[in-house]
Amino acid sequence: MIAWTIRDGIMDVTLGREPCNEIGADMLTALEGLVRAADDLRPRVMILRSTAARGFCAGADLRELHRGLQNVSRLRAAPRLASFIWRIHRVMDWLDMAPFPTIAVIHGVCFGGGLELALTCDLRIAEKQARFAFPELRLGIVPGFGGIPRLERDCGASIARDLLLTGRSISAARAVETGLAHQLVPAGEGLNAALSTAEQLMKYNPWASAQAKAFAKKLPALRLAEEKALFLLMASRPGMREALEHFVNNSSAMPYLG
Amino acid sequence: MDRILHRLLDLAAARFGADRLALKPQDDMYEALRIDSMRALELLTELENEFGVEIPDYELQRVRTFEELAAVIARRC
Repeated sequence: MIAWTIRDGIMDVTLGREPCNEIGADMLTALEGLVRAADDLRPRVMILRSTAARGFCAGADLRELHRGLQNVSRLRAAPRLASFIWRIHRVMDWLDMAPFPTIAVIHGVCFGGGLELALTCDLRIAEKQARFAFPELRLGIVPGFGGIPRLERDCGASIARDLLLTGRSISAARAVETGLAHQLVPAGEGLNAALSTAEQLMKYNPWASAQAKAFAKKLPALRLAEEKALFLLMASRPGMREALEHFVNNSSAMPYLG
Repeated sequence: MDRILHRLLDLAAARFGADRLALKPQDDMYEALRIDSMRALELLTELENEFGVEIPDYELQRVRTFEELAAVIARRC
Protein backbone atom coordinates (compact mmCIF):
# COMPACT_ATOMS: atom_id res chain seq x y z
CA MET A 1 0.00 0.00 0.00
CA ILE A 2 2.83 2.39 0.92
CA ALA A 3 6.43 1.50 0.13
CA TRP A 4 9.67 3.41 0.45
CA THR A 5 13.34 3.20 -0.30
CA ILE A 6 16.09 5.41 1.02
CA ARG A 7 19.10 6.16 -1.12
CA ASP A 8 21.68 8.92 -0.85
CA GLY A 9 19.55 10.61 1.78
CA ILE A 10 16.37 10.66 -0.32
CA MET A 11 13.37 8.76 1.01
CA ASP A 12 11.30 7.85 -2.03
CA VAL A 13 7.77 7.04 -0.85
CA THR A 14 5.23 5.49 -3.19
CA LEU A 15 1.50 5.22 -2.58
CA GLY A 16 0.27 2.12 -4.36
CA ARG A 17 -3.31 1.32 -3.48
CA GLU A 18 -5.57 0.81 -6.49
CA PRO A 19 -7.62 2.35 -7.90
CA CYS A 20 -6.34 5.75 -6.71
CA ASN A 21 -4.90 5.55 -3.18
CA GLU A 22 -8.22 6.15 -1.45
CA ILE A 23 -7.65 6.87 2.24
CA GLY A 24 -9.51 4.44 4.48
CA ALA A 25 -8.57 2.57 7.64
CA ASP A 26 -5.76 0.53 6.03
CA MET A 27 -4.24 3.53 4.28
CA LEU A 28 -4.36 5.51 7.52
CA THR A 29 -2.49 2.72 9.33
CA ALA A 30 0.05 2.64 6.49
CA LEU A 31 0.51 6.43 6.70
CA GLU A 32 1.10 6.12 10.45
CA GLY A 33 3.76 3.50 9.67
CA LEU A 34 5.34 5.89 7.18
CA VAL A 35 5.53 8.62 9.80
CA ARG A 36 7.21 6.27 12.30
CA ALA A 37 9.72 5.17 9.64
CA ALA A 38 10.49 8.72 8.54
CA ASP A 39 10.95 9.77 12.16
CA ASP A 40 13.45 6.93 12.65
CA LEU A 41 15.27 7.25 9.33
CA ARG A 42 15.44 11.07 9.24
CA PRO A 43 16.13 11.36 5.49
CA ARG A 44 17.55 14.55 4.02
CA VAL A 45 14.53 14.83 1.68
CA MET A 46 11.28 12.90 1.28
CA ILE A 47 9.59 12.45 -2.10
CA LEU A 48 5.94 11.41 -1.97
CA ARG A 49 4.40 10.05 -5.15
CA SER A 50 1.88 7.56 -6.47
CA THR A 51 2.27 4.45 -8.59
CA ALA A 52 -1.49 4.31 -9.31
CA ALA A 53 -2.20 5.08 -12.96
CA ARG A 54 -5.24 7.25 -12.20
CA GLY A 55 -3.43 9.75 -10.09
CA PHE A 56 -1.85 10.88 -6.84
CA CYS A 57 -4.81 10.24 -4.54
CA ALA A 58 -8.58 10.49 -4.97
CA GLY A 59 -9.16 11.32 -1.30
CA ALA A 60 -11.08 9.54 1.43
CA ASP A 61 -12.38 6.05 0.70
CA LEU A 62 -16.05 6.97 0.41
CA ARG A 63 -17.20 3.42 -0.29
CA GLU A 64 -15.51 2.22 2.90
CA LEU A 65 -17.03 5.14 4.81
CA HIS A 66 -20.46 4.28 3.41
CA ARG A 67 -20.09 0.61 4.41
CA GLY A 68 -18.84 1.62 7.87
CA LEU A 69 -21.90 3.76 8.52
CA GLN A 70 -24.40 1.13 7.40
CA ASN A 71 -26.65 0.09 10.29
CA VAL A 72 -24.64 2.17 12.75
CA SER A 73 -26.45 4.83 14.75
CA ARG A 74 -25.21 8.41 14.59
CA LEU A 75 -24.41 8.14 18.31
CA ARG A 76 -22.09 5.17 17.73
CA ALA A 77 -20.61 6.52 14.50
CA ALA A 78 -19.51 9.85 15.97
CA PRO A 79 -16.63 8.61 18.19
CA ARG A 80 -15.32 6.34 15.42
CA LEU A 81 -15.24 9.19 12.96
CA ALA A 82 -13.65 11.49 15.55
CA SER A 83 -10.93 8.91 16.22
CA PHE A 84 -10.17 8.64 12.49
CA ILE A 85 -9.99 12.41 12.14
CA TRP A 86 -7.68 12.85 15.13
CA ARG A 87 -5.38 10.09 13.83
CA ILE A 88 -5.22 11.45 10.28
CA HIS A 89 -4.56 14.96 11.63
CA ARG A 90 -1.60 13.63 13.66
CA VAL A 91 -0.17 12.10 10.46
CA MET A 92 -0.78 15.21 8.36
CA ASP A 93 0.61 17.55 11.04
CA TRP A 94 3.78 15.47 11.35
CA LEU A 95 4.34 15.40 7.60
CA ASP A 96 3.63 19.15 7.43
CA MET A 97 6.23 19.92 10.09
CA ALA A 98 8.73 17.15 9.25
CA PRO A 99 12.25 18.32 10.09
CA PHE A 100 13.39 17.86 6.49
CA PRO A 101 12.02 19.07 3.13
CA THR A 102 9.24 17.11 1.48
CA ILE A 103 8.25 17.03 -2.19
CA ALA A 104 4.96 15.75 -3.63
CA VAL A 105 4.95 14.50 -7.21
CA ILE A 106 1.41 14.75 -8.54
CA HIS A 107 -0.13 13.24 -11.64
CA GLY A 108 -3.77 12.70 -12.55
CA VAL A 109 -6.34 13.02 -9.79
CA CYS A 110 -5.43 14.95 -6.63
CA PHE A 111 -8.81 15.37 -4.96
CA GLY A 112 -10.12 15.88 -1.44
CA GLY A 113 -7.97 14.00 1.07
CA GLY A 114 -5.38 13.50 -1.66
CA LEU A 115 -5.02 17.24 -2.07
CA GLU A 116 -4.89 17.55 1.71
CA LEU A 117 -2.00 15.07 1.76
CA ALA A 118 -0.20 16.94 -1.04
CA LEU A 119 -0.67 20.20 0.88
CA THR A 120 1.42 18.85 3.78
CA CYS A 121 4.43 18.75 1.44
CA ASP A 122 6.77 21.73 1.19
CA LEU A 123 7.01 21.60 -2.60
CA ARG A 124 4.54 20.23 -5.12
CA ILE A 125 5.54 19.18 -8.61
CA ALA A 126 2.56 18.77 -10.92
CA GLU A 127 2.61 16.77 -14.10
CA LYS A 128 0.68 18.40 -16.93
CA GLN A 129 -2.41 16.18 -16.63
CA ALA A 130 -2.84 16.63 -12.87
CA ARG A 131 -6.11 18.05 -11.56
CA PHE A 132 -6.84 19.43 -8.11
CA ALA A 133 -10.17 19.70 -6.31
CA PHE A 134 -11.98 19.81 -3.00
CA PRO A 135 -15.33 18.19 -3.88
CA GLU A 136 -16.37 17.55 -0.25
CA LEU A 137 -19.38 19.90 -0.20
CA ARG A 138 -21.23 17.45 -2.41
CA LEU A 139 -21.31 15.25 0.70
CA GLY A 140 -22.44 18.15 2.86
CA ILE A 141 -19.07 18.36 4.62
CA VAL A 142 -15.86 20.38 4.47
CA PRO A 143 -12.49 18.73 3.90
CA GLY A 144 -11.54 17.09 7.20
CA PHE A 145 -7.83 16.30 6.94
CA GLY A 146 -6.53 19.86 7.34
CA GLY A 147 -6.73 20.92 3.72
CA ILE A 148 -8.43 24.29 3.91
CA PRO A 149 -6.17 25.73 6.66
CA ARG A 150 -3.10 24.56 4.73
CA LEU A 151 -4.42 25.88 1.41
CA GLU A 152 -5.20 29.24 3.07
CA ARG A 153 -1.71 29.31 4.54
CA ASP A 154 0.07 28.46 1.29
CA CYS A 155 -2.12 30.15 -1.33
CA GLY A 156 -4.57 32.46 0.44
CA ALA A 157 -8.25 32.44 1.32
CA SER A 158 -9.41 33.41 -2.16
CA ILE A 159 -8.41 30.21 -3.96
CA ALA A 160 -9.41 28.16 -0.91
CA ARG A 161 -12.93 29.64 -1.12
CA ASP A 162 -13.13 29.00 -4.86
CA LEU A 163 -12.19 25.31 -4.58
CA LEU A 164 -14.24 24.75 -1.43
CA LEU A 165 -17.47 26.44 -2.54
CA THR A 166 -17.56 25.38 -6.21
CA GLY A 167 -16.05 21.90 -5.85
CA ARG A 168 -14.55 22.43 -9.31
CA SER A 169 -11.25 20.93 -10.36
CA ILE A 170 -8.39 23.03 -11.64
CA SER A 171 -5.59 22.06 -14.00
CA ALA A 172 -1.91 21.77 -13.16
CA ALA A 173 -1.21 24.99 -15.08
CA ARG A 174 -3.80 26.88 -13.01
CA ALA A 175 -2.43 25.25 -9.84
CA VAL A 176 1.01 26.69 -10.62
CA GLU A 177 -0.51 30.14 -11.26
CA THR A 178 -2.19 30.08 -7.85
CA GLY A 179 0.86 28.78 -5.98
CA LEU A 180 -0.79 25.45 -5.24
CA ALA A 181 1.90 23.73 -7.30
CA HIS A 182 5.47 24.94 -7.60
CA GLN A 183 6.63 23.28 -10.82
CA LEU A 184 4.80 22.15 -13.95
CA VAL A 185 6.40 19.27 -15.84
CA PRO A 186 5.40 17.00 -18.74
CA ALA A 187 3.62 13.74 -18.01
CA GLY A 188 6.02 11.14 -16.63
CA GLU A 189 8.71 13.69 -15.72
CA GLY A 190 7.60 14.35 -12.16
CA LEU A 191 10.04 11.99 -10.47
CA ASN A 192 13.02 13.30 -12.44
CA ALA A 193 12.09 16.85 -11.50
CA ALA A 194 11.71 15.82 -7.85
CA LEU A 195 15.11 14.11 -7.80
CA SER A 196 16.72 17.16 -9.36
CA THR A 197 15.00 19.39 -6.79
CA ALA A 198 16.06 17.05 -3.97
CA GLU A 199 19.69 17.32 -5.09
CA GLN A 200 19.42 21.09 -4.89
CA LEU A 201 17.80 20.95 -1.42
CA MET A 202 20.59 18.68 -0.16
CA LYS A 203 23.29 21.20 -1.04
CA TYR A 204 22.39 23.09 2.12
CA ASN A 205 23.31 22.25 5.68
CA PRO A 206 20.52 20.00 7.08
CA TRP A 207 20.25 21.94 10.35
CA ALA A 208 20.06 25.27 8.50
CA SER A 209 17.51 23.82 6.10
CA ALA A 210 15.34 22.58 9.00
CA GLN A 211 15.55 25.97 10.71
CA ALA A 212 14.59 27.73 7.47
CA LYS A 213 11.60 25.43 7.00
CA ALA A 214 10.43 25.93 10.59
CA PHE A 215 10.74 29.69 10.08
CA ALA A 216 8.92 29.76 6.73
CA LYS A 217 6.17 27.24 7.47
CA LYS A 218 3.97 27.32 10.56
CA LEU A 219 1.28 24.87 11.57
CA PRO A 220 -2.07 26.70 11.37
CA ALA A 221 -3.06 25.11 14.67
CA LEU A 222 -6.11 27.24 15.48
CA ARG A 223 -7.65 26.84 12.02
CA LEU A 224 -6.94 23.09 12.08
CA ALA A 225 -8.76 22.77 15.39
CA GLU A 226 -11.69 24.77 13.98
CA GLU A 227 -11.75 22.55 10.91
CA LYS A 228 -11.84 19.34 12.96
CA ALA A 229 -14.76 20.63 15.02
CA LEU A 230 -16.68 21.86 11.96
CA PHE A 231 -16.05 18.66 10.02
CA LEU A 232 -17.30 16.46 12.86
CA LEU A 233 -20.38 18.66 13.30
CA MET A 234 -21.22 18.54 9.58
CA ALA A 235 -20.50 14.80 9.35
CA SER A 236 -22.92 14.11 12.20
CA ARG A 237 -25.85 15.41 10.20
CA PRO A 238 -28.02 13.08 8.10
CA GLY A 239 -27.08 14.90 4.88
CA MET A 240 -23.70 13.19 4.64
CA ARG A 241 -25.18 9.69 4.78
CA GLU A 242 -27.71 10.57 2.11
CA ALA A 243 -24.99 12.04 -0.10
CA LEU A 244 -22.78 8.98 0.40
CA GLU A 245 -25.67 6.74 -0.62
CA HIS A 246 -26.13 8.87 -3.73
CA PHE A 247 -22.39 8.74 -4.49
CA VAL A 248 -21.99 4.97 -4.26
CA ASN A 249 -25.01 4.47 -6.50
CA ASN A 250 -24.11 7.24 -8.94
CA SER A 251 -23.51 6.19 -12.52
CA SER A 252 -23.05 9.73 -13.84
CA ALA A 253 -20.03 10.51 -16.00
CA MET A 254 -18.74 12.95 -13.39
CA PRO A 255 -19.87 11.53 -10.03
CA TYR A 256 -17.38 13.61 -8.06
CA LEU A 257 -19.43 16.67 -8.94
CA GLY A 258 -22.50 15.04 -7.42
CA MET B 1 -18.04 27.27 -33.52
CA ASP B 2 -17.40 24.85 -36.42
CA ARG B 3 -13.68 25.38 -36.07
CA ILE B 4 -13.86 24.56 -32.35
CA LEU B 5 -15.99 21.50 -33.03
CA HIS B 6 -13.56 20.13 -35.61
CA ARG B 7 -10.56 20.71 -33.39
CA LEU B 8 -12.39 19.10 -30.50
CA LEU B 9 -13.20 16.00 -32.57
CA ASP B 10 -9.60 15.78 -33.83
CA LEU B 11 -8.23 16.09 -30.33
CA ALA B 12 -10.68 13.62 -28.76
CA ALA B 13 -10.01 11.02 -31.44
CA ALA B 14 -6.25 11.37 -31.10
CA ARG B 15 -6.31 11.33 -27.31
CA PHE B 16 -8.53 8.28 -26.91
CA GLY B 17 -7.65 6.34 -30.05
CA ALA B 18 -11.09 6.68 -31.64
CA ASP B 19 -11.80 6.64 -35.38
CA ARG B 20 -12.03 10.35 -36.21
CA LEU B 21 -14.28 9.75 -39.23
CA ALA B 22 -16.73 7.80 -37.10
CA LEU B 23 -17.18 10.61 -34.57
CA LYS B 24 -20.23 12.79 -35.19
CA PRO B 25 -21.10 16.13 -33.51
CA GLN B 26 -24.32 14.67 -32.08
CA ASP B 27 -22.60 11.60 -30.60
CA ASP B 28 -22.63 11.03 -26.86
CA MET B 29 -18.94 11.70 -26.21
CA TYR B 30 -18.69 9.38 -23.21
CA GLU B 31 -20.06 6.47 -25.22
CA ALA B 32 -18.24 7.35 -28.45
CA LEU B 33 -14.89 7.63 -26.67
CA ARG B 34 -15.69 4.95 -24.08
CA ILE B 35 -14.46 7.12 -21.23
CA ASP B 36 -15.39 7.28 -17.56
CA SER B 37 -15.27 10.25 -15.20
CA MET B 38 -11.51 10.02 -14.67
CA ARG B 39 -10.79 9.94 -18.41
CA ALA B 40 -13.23 12.81 -18.85
CA LEU B 41 -10.93 14.85 -16.62
CA GLU B 42 -8.06 14.11 -19.00
CA LEU B 43 -10.18 15.41 -21.85
CA LEU B 44 -11.04 18.52 -19.86
CA THR B 45 -7.34 19.21 -19.27
CA GLU B 46 -6.54 18.64 -22.96
CA LEU B 47 -9.29 21.06 -23.96
CA GLU B 48 -8.11 23.74 -21.54
CA ASN B 49 -4.57 23.43 -22.86
CA GLU B 50 -5.63 23.31 -26.51
CA PHE B 51 -8.02 26.26 -26.43
CA GLY B 52 -6.24 28.30 -23.77
CA VAL B 53 -9.36 28.61 -21.62
CA GLU B 54 -10.45 27.46 -18.19
CA ILE B 55 -13.56 25.29 -18.25
CA PRO B 56 -15.16 24.72 -14.84
CA ASP B 57 -16.16 21.08 -14.76
CA TYR B 58 -19.61 21.92 -13.38
CA GLU B 59 -20.36 23.40 -16.80
CA LEU B 60 -19.82 19.93 -18.27
CA GLN B 61 -22.26 18.15 -15.99
CA ARG B 62 -25.15 18.31 -18.42
CA VAL B 63 -23.01 18.07 -21.53
CA ARG B 64 -23.27 14.78 -23.38
CA THR B 65 -22.53 15.46 -27.04
CA PHE B 66 -19.50 16.87 -28.83
CA GLU B 67 -21.48 19.82 -30.17
CA GLU B 68 -22.73 20.71 -26.69
CA LEU B 69 -19.15 20.60 -25.47
CA ALA B 70 -18.00 22.78 -28.36
CA ALA B 71 -20.67 25.33 -27.39
CA VAL B 72 -19.34 25.44 -23.81
CA ILE B 73 -15.81 26.02 -25.10
CA ALA B 74 -17.00 28.70 -27.54
CA ARG B 75 -18.59 30.65 -24.68
CA ARG B 76 -15.24 30.68 -22.88
CA CYS B 77 -13.05 31.60 -25.86
